[in-house]
This record gives sequence, structure tokens and C-alpha cells, in this order.
Amino acid sequence: MMLRRVVAMFDERSGASPFVVKTLRYLFPDHWSFLLGEVALYSFLVLVGTGTYLALFFDPSLAHVTYQGVYGPLRGAEMSQAYKSAIDISFAYKGGLLIRQTHHWAADVFVAAIVMHVMRVFFTGAFRKPRELTWVVGMLILVTTLLEGYVGYSMVDDLLSGMGLAIGYGVALSLPVIGGNLALGLWGSPYPGDHTFESRMFIAHVFIFPVIIGLLLGLHLTLVAARHHAQFRRMRRQTNQRLVGVPTFPGQAPRSLGLLFAVAAVLFLLGGLVQINPIWQWGPYEVALGTNGAQPDWYLGWLIGALRLMPGFDVTIGDYTLVPNPFWGGVLFPTIVIGLMLVWPWVERRITGDRRVHNLLDRPRDAPVRTAFGAAFLLWVVLVFFAGSADRLYVFLRISYTSMTWIYRVATFALPLAVFFVVLTICRELQRSDALEADREAAEEEGERALRAASPQPLTPGTERATAERP
Amino acid sequence: MRRLGRWLLMAIVAALGWARHREGRGADADAGDDGRIVPAGDPEPGAEIAVLLLLVAATLCAVGFIVVYAIDAIGNQTQLLGIAIGACFTFLAAALILVGKRLIVTEENEEEYPPAGHPEEQQELVQIVEESGSRFTRKRLLMTTGGAATAAVGAALVTPVLSLGPWLDTSSLANTPWRRGLRLIGSDGLPMFADQVEEGTFYTAFPEHANHDEIGAPVIVVRLPPSALRLPAERAGWAPGGVLAYSKICTHAGCAIALYRTPLFPPTSSKPAMVCPCHYSTFDPASGGTVIFGPAGRPLPQLPLYVGGDGVLRAAGNFSGPVGPSWRDVREHPT
Amino acid sequence: MPRAQLARIVALAVLASGLATATAVAQPPVGIVRPDPDKAARMSPLQLGAQLFAGNCSTCHGGSGFGIAPAEGRRGVGDVAGAGPPLRGVGALAADFYLRTGYMPLGKPSEQPQRSRTLLHDNEIKALTAYVASLGKGPPIPSVHPAQGDLGRGRELFTEHCAGCHQVMAQGGVVTGARVPPLQNATPTQVAEAVRIGPYLMPSFSKHQISDAELQDIVRYVQWTKSPSDRGGWGISNLGPFPEGLVTWFIAAVVLVGTCVLIGKRVRS
Repeated sequence: MMLRRVVAMFDERSGASPFVVKTLRYLFPDHWSFLLGEVALYSFLVLVGTGTYLALFFDPSLAHVTYQGVYGPLRGAEMSQAYKSAIDISFAYKGGLLIRQTHHWAADVFVAAIVMHVMRVFFTGAFRKPRELTWVVGMLILVTTLLEGYVGYSMVDDLLSGMGLAIGYGVALSLPVIGGNLALGLWGSPYPGDHTFESRMFIAHVFIFPVIIGLLLGLHLTLVAARHHAQFRRMRRQTNQRLVGVPTFPGQAPRSLGLLFAVAAVLFLLGGLVQINPIWQWGPYEVALGTNGAQPDWYLGWLIGALRLMPGFDVTIGDYTLVPNPFWGGVLFPTIVIGLMLVWPWVERRITGDRRVHNLLDRPRDAPVRTAFGAAFLLWVVLVFFAGSADRLYVFLRISYTSMTWIYRVATFALPLAVFFVVLTICRELQRSDALEADREAAEEEGERALRAASPQPLTPGTERATAERP
Repeated sequence: MRRLGRWLLMAIVAALGWARHREGRGADADAGDDGRIVPAGDPEPGAEIAVLLLLVAATLCAVGFIVVYAIDAIGNQTQLLGIAIGACFTFLAAALILVGKRLIVTEENEEEYPPAGHPEEQQELVQIVEESGSRFTRKRLLMTTGGAATAAVGAALVTPVLSLGPWLDTSSLANTPWRRGLRLIGSDGLPMFADQVEEGTFYTAFPEHANHDEIGAPVIVVRLPPSALRLPAERAGWAPGGVLAYSKICTHAGCAIALYRTPLFPPTSSKPAMVCPCHYSTFDPASGGTVIFGPAGRPLPQLPLYVGGDGVLRAAGNFSGPVGPSWRDVREHPT
Repeated sequence: MPRAQLARIVALAVLASGLATATAVAQPPVGIVRPDPDKAARMSPLQLGAQLFAGNCSTCHGGSGFGIAPAEGRRGVGDVAGAGPPLRGVGALAADFYLRTGYMPLGKPSEQPQRSRTLLHDNEIKALTAYVASLGKGPPIPSVHPAQGDLGRGRELFTEHCAGCHQVMAQGGVVTGARVPPLQNATPTQVAEAVRIGPYLMPSFSKHQISDAELQDIVRYVQWTKSPSDRGGWGISNLGPFPEGLVTWFIAAVVLVGTCVLIGKRVRS
């Protein structure tokens, strides 16, 4: 009774009941890989929650202070107010370090989940008509997220973040023609920049980028819902026109909510148990200081790999520097990678000439060229990514850094090419064996039908049952 | 808060289902024979009890979180807080997944995909836009003018962004605080005496009275045997007694040249070099900072030195080129 | 491109990486040439040191530690072309460092000395150290007391002078041309000795540049990095983003994908 009154109350004032009913009975096709996007979404929720908390304590100021806090090895050190406030979050406020570490882990996991989600969407062909816009919006989310993460760990002003910012400045400067103007505009003055640069990063990290990501996420989900999920063909009633799935409520809701809590559990457990970015150990940044093994967070590892692999040259015309070196690895490489992914739906349309609507997903083998290209492309990026950690491998494995650089310079182009053909062959072989299997089944069915036509009685009761039960 | 919303949602749905049931509408596509929307299933008391226990465990963990937070005497707070809240979420996740798998009836429904397009509405849209403009006679001109106005307004609104920095004047990129006669001050704050600079090691120095945060300020100072120097001819006299000073900022991406390698026994190992820890650009101090490995596209700028009457190292001028990463005009700035 | 050619390129790349590994890892086993135990027992430490030096060091460092320039190319044990710096005046400090870290004896003079198990007994190290010290006036083994050092000052000095190569938490790193060792296994004395010597490609720092008191601060800091206060939990080797990425992919991503599989399998066809 109570329930009825509440529903009536809200419906008569909002008129939302039909919409709510529709939402509750919206269908989710069932496959584990469709949940990867949800993992990303829930990581983002954790990021917003923990980030809001952190913003209450972080002080984006470059004012010089002398640390006199609880952490011994830094006592008496000169540092910026921003760095000190991040140290205080880690040491002085109860629970602060848990939230800070959870926030950082959530960022690392957020991007990892996006990458896995993108791979699922790519290799199953889910980006095809009518979902190209969803794909494009997703790519924009990925790009914004990379920037958001970079600014996030850069504004703490510890030794690692300062070195990362210097590289960002070098990459900005390296843009042909406008680089100098752009870098000066963003930083306000030559590196390390105007003292307001810190608050510029702060507002970008806590407002501009999160709002953009939030809006794009909303658009992404709206587009998904508008065209409904694509589906694998697990059973015959799933067709290009008909969707079979679990309704939001009651089927999907507890599972999805369970996943939300599982994501939160993993992130908070990592946040409490595994140390991430211990800024107090890196110490404060000064332009004249540097540490070996300086790496960006994992999701920018492909860029440091590309920067390190480039042979040393600037492209010049007389005294005019057309292309400074960091451009190749820091701008051109990511532009090619992201750009190619952005336009892939249309590239594939051009190659296959296929303009139809696709609600049924491919298995990777169903589209050998796409799968082979995807595998080669992924390997290309992954190899460059690994090249970014060659210095650490040297320490562990004792393979000389210079030889590794040369091996990677060759391997990043040779291996993907090889993998393209290998994967292409594997897919085609799988397809051939699939076709063979289908032929065999069809022939069997044909034979059985012929037999049944010849004699009114089935051959054996068992055969009939087996035939009838095949979906 | 989110849970509250979820409960509310659940309540609404249950109510809706009930209302429909009572009113006997039941003509929904999802409806079964008995007029239900959600199909019936058997109770699973075991699963229900398990969910109950998991919820209790989650509650206890949440309380544990508060207790750990409240009691200062507990060590390793971060870890315990993380375990408490992490376990709490784990139990909640387990409870919900169990509800989803055991206590909610399995239903897979069918639905038609939305149509690929709506030709009628598309036609309507086009018509509305076209007919709305039927009174205009100079459409193209108006469109152009409108576009120009939009662009101008956009530009006007964006203009204040120019205050962020000297977007148009990039001359400041080549600035450094070094001038002829400035003494080199070591990182200990004391003037650097030429005869105290030793071979086989490196020093960081700054110009006197300068802001250490400028990238133009820090230099790396090393001494090589004068016989080993292969400086360009025009830099003769830049390295008194073999003492060399180079910008400490890498010409590739602006990190500090924090590595100096110098062989203990030169015949069997690599020659001296200054190395950047970010991308391992490697510069040769003997030949004027030329790049011998890595991605840097420009030699390290060298600071000419002389020894003052007091024996202190002084800059004999500005660097041999602009400091830091390359940009358009980096090779056009005389220094 | 024909497939055969492609295969050849791949094979070449694999081969090249294999070779690089082999040359980097290869350290020919070095045996110690020692006098007969009975005779050794009757020798004074200096005599024993002289004997050991003649048998194990003089190929590269020359008789009486005068050093050998590569041009002289003396062939010694294992047909090694000897080349090594003179040891007159390096003092007990250097001998103690190189022998206790296992840096010496070195298989090939062109190779980077690496920390390894020392094949010499303690009394032999003492004897050799005494012998090398007797070759010329040189610094003694430094005595450091890390407990008396200032941790904060040590951190600053280490960051400025050492972190570029050794990484700010002393986890080691890379300089083009050499592997920079982590300092987790270095004793306080060895750290102090290395700072003064500058082994292989490392710069050396005299007392003008880093005073004995400052050196003590640095050693205190290096000691501290061996068990830093990892307030955040498991320190994952204090290396920063590199292990963090591994945890993200090999722990977090694996667990979450597992959860997805668990949840997603609700309905079976």
C-alpha cells in the first residue's frame, strides 16, 4: 500500500512512470566482456568520490614553505605549498593516505578498463553502424582521461611530477610553428612557468577535464541506450533485428551493482595495502634535480617509449627549426594511434564496402583483416610501451640499454608486420575449419532428412531426440 | 546515498508490478500466463541466509572502519582502514552477486532493435528547417554574415585567454640569467674556485643572485684534461684549465642532466658524458656538448668561463645557444 | 614482402637479442690462484697478500701494482689481455671495496665489475688489502657511523649527487654505457668507499666536494632506503610507476576481469 502511494505521488508529479518502466525493462545481452565498460564507469565513480575528498585538502599553491611536519626525512626541506599539502594528506590527516592511494589506483585501473573495453569493442566489430558515434565519443573519453591523469599526478610538485612536466613542456614546445606560442600561453612564462600554472593545472584536473569526461560519458551511455547493445549470437532467436537480454531490473541491477562494489573493493584494498606514488620518498622538485628510472604512470608509458626510441635529430630548414625531436614521440605517435582508432569505423567501411546495420557481433576470426590489423596495431603500441621500460629491464636483466634501444627500433616495425600475417592466417584457418564443421552438420542433417523421408519411422529414437534438441 | 536511491527504485518497480497485477492489465508482452511481469521462481532459503550473513559482515566491516578511524592508538591505520572498507565492499559485492545469481529469477527477454532510421521524421525535420527560411531572399549572404558574426563573437569571448601568457612574443624562451662577469655559485651557496674543481666528478652551479627555479640558471661543471678537449675553434678559451660549464637542462625535453659518467680507467670504458635520466640523451663534454646517444637534437649549450682575479669561476658571456627543449626559433637566437 | 624474408628478419631480431643477453650475462668463472695452504699458514699477511696479488691481480694491475696500459697487452691466466689501472696510492680503501663487493678479480678488463660472491676468504682479503695499502701512501678504510648522520640532509645530498644514476630510493638504474647498481646490498663502508673511489663510470667525490660528515649523512640515507617507512603498505620496491603498472594489470585487471566472468556467466545457452 505504502509503495503504491509513493509511486502514485511521484508519477502524478513527474509523469515518469512510463519512462521508468521502460528503463527497468531495458535489455542487456549477457556476456562477461560487456561488463568491462562498466568496470571503467565504476572506477570513474570512485575517482570522483575520492577526488572530491582530496580537493578539500590539496592547496594548489607554489608558495615556498619549509616542511616541519611529522615525516622525518623531509623535515627542514624547502618545498612548495602544493607538495606540502599532498604530504599532509598522506601523513597528517587520518584516512587521507587511503583516499589518496585509492584515487591513484582508481586512475590506473580506469584507463586499464577503458583499454580492455576498447579492445573488446574493436575485435568484435561493435563499432560498426549504427554505433560509430559511440566509438568516437569513447575515444574522446580516452584522450581526455590521459590528459586528466597526467595533470593529476603533475600538480603534486614532487620530483617525478616535475620531471614529467618538463617533458610535457618540451613536447608542447616541439609542435611545429606554434609550439613556442602554445607552451608560453599554457605555462605563462618559460618553464617551470608562471606561479599561476599550478592553479591552472588544478582547475583543469578538478573541473574542466572531469566535466568533459562526465559529459562525454553521459553522451556515450545515451548513444548506447538509443541504439541498444550489440549482441553475440549465442542462440538462434538472437538476430540482427531481435535482441535477447536480461532486463535492467531485476536481472541486471544486482549484478551490475555487485560489480560496482567489487571495483570499489579492489580499489580500496589496493589503496590500503599497496603503496602507490609515495611522493614523500621522491622529495620536492627543483629544475636542477633528476632521478634515474623516472617513468610516467603506466598509461603514458607508450609516449616515453616513443620519445626514447627516436634517434636524435631536429628537422631544420636553415636556422628555422621545423620539427623539434619530441614531436615525433610525444605528438605525432599518439596522434597517429588515436587518429587511426578514431577513423577506423570508416576505414573498415571503405575496405569492406559494408554499409549495413550490425547488431550482431563478430568473433575475431569472422573478420580476419580487422583482427590481424588490430593485433599488429596493438603489438606496435605495446612494443613502444615496453621500450619505455628498457632502462628498468637493464637493471633486472642486464641487457645493455643501447642494444635494447636498437632491438626495439627494429622490432617495433618488424614484429607487428609478422604478427599481421600470422594472425591473418590463423583466422582464415579457423574460418575454414568452421565452414568444414558447418558443411558436415548440414550434410548430416540432410542425410537424416533423406532417411526420414524414405522411411516414416525414425532410424533410432536417439537420433531423433538429438536432432530435435539442437537449438 | 546511492543505495538509498536504489532501494527507492526497487520500491517503485515492485509497486508498479503490483499495481499492474492488481489492476489486471497484464497485456504486456513480458507477461506470463499468470499475469506476472517477472516470472515466478522457487525460494532459495540457503542463498537468502548467505546474503543475510554477507550483509551482516559488510555492516561489521563498516563499523570496523569507523572504529579504526576513531582510535588513535591503532597503528598502520591506512592498511586497516583499507582492509575494513575493502572487505565491506567485497561482502556487499558478494551479497549482490548472490542475489543476482540465485534470488532473482533468470529471465532473458526479447525485444526488437530500434529501426535503423525514421524516414518520415527526417523528412519532417528537413521540411521544417527549409520552410522556416522561405521568407529569406539572400540566404547565402545571410549565412555568410551570420557565420562571420558567430566567429567574431567566439573570438571575442576567447580573447581574454590571451592573458594567460605571452602567446605572441616568444622571445622570453631564450632568456637566461647569465651575463658576463657573474660568478658561479655552487649548490652549497659558496662561490666556486677554479682550482677546487676536480677531474672525474661533476658540480651543479648557479649564477649569483639568480632564481634557482629558472631553467636558464643551473649549469653542470666538469673538468677534463685540457689535452682531451676538442672544442670548436670559436670556443677557444671557454674552458680555463679544462673546466667546462654546460646548461644542466636537456635540449630534448627539459629534464635535468643529473648523470655524469666518467671512467675510472679510461682505456677500458666509455668516455666521459653527461646524461639525462628521462630519455637518456648523452652529451659529450669534450667536444662542446654534442649528442652521442639518445633523442636530443641539439648539443647542450655551453657557458663560456674565465677565472676572475679572486680565483672564482665567472661566466664570460651567455650560453652558446638557447637553453632547454627546441622550438621554432631555437637556432635563430644569438646569445 | 615475401614471408621467408620476413621470417629471416624476425629470426635475426631474436638472435640479436639473444646475443646481447649472452654477452651481458657472461662473466667467465674466475678461479683464485692461492699458495699451498701449509705455506700460506706460515706467511705473514703481507707475504700472503703479495703472493695472492701476483697470482690473481698482476695480469692487469702489473707487478707491484704499477698498472698495465692496454697497449702493452700482457696475456695472463685464461689468455686475458691484461689492462688495468695502477694501484700504487689507492690505499686500503679501494682494495677493501673491490674485494669485498666481489668486483675484483674481474674476468675481462673491459667488462663492468658487478657485485658478486667473493671467492676470497676473509683473511685473504685482509692480506691483499694490506699488501695494496703497502704499495703507496693511500686512504685507509673509512669508518662510518650511519647512526650519527642526518637523514634529511642525507636525502638532499643523495638527491643532488647520486639520484640521477642510482634512483632517488637507491634502487639503481642506467647510464648509457653502464648498469648502475642498486644499493640495497651495499654496506655503509662500501657506500662510503664508492663515493671516494668512483668505480667504473661513477664520478668520485673528494672531501672538498662531500665532507666526511656529509658522507655520513648520505650513508645514513642509503641505510634508510633499505627499509623505508612504506606508510602506504606494500612498497613494491619503491620504484614508482613501473611496478604500479604491473600491479594494475596483473592484480587489479585480472581480479576485475575474473569478477566480470563470474557475473557474466549467469545465463547459459
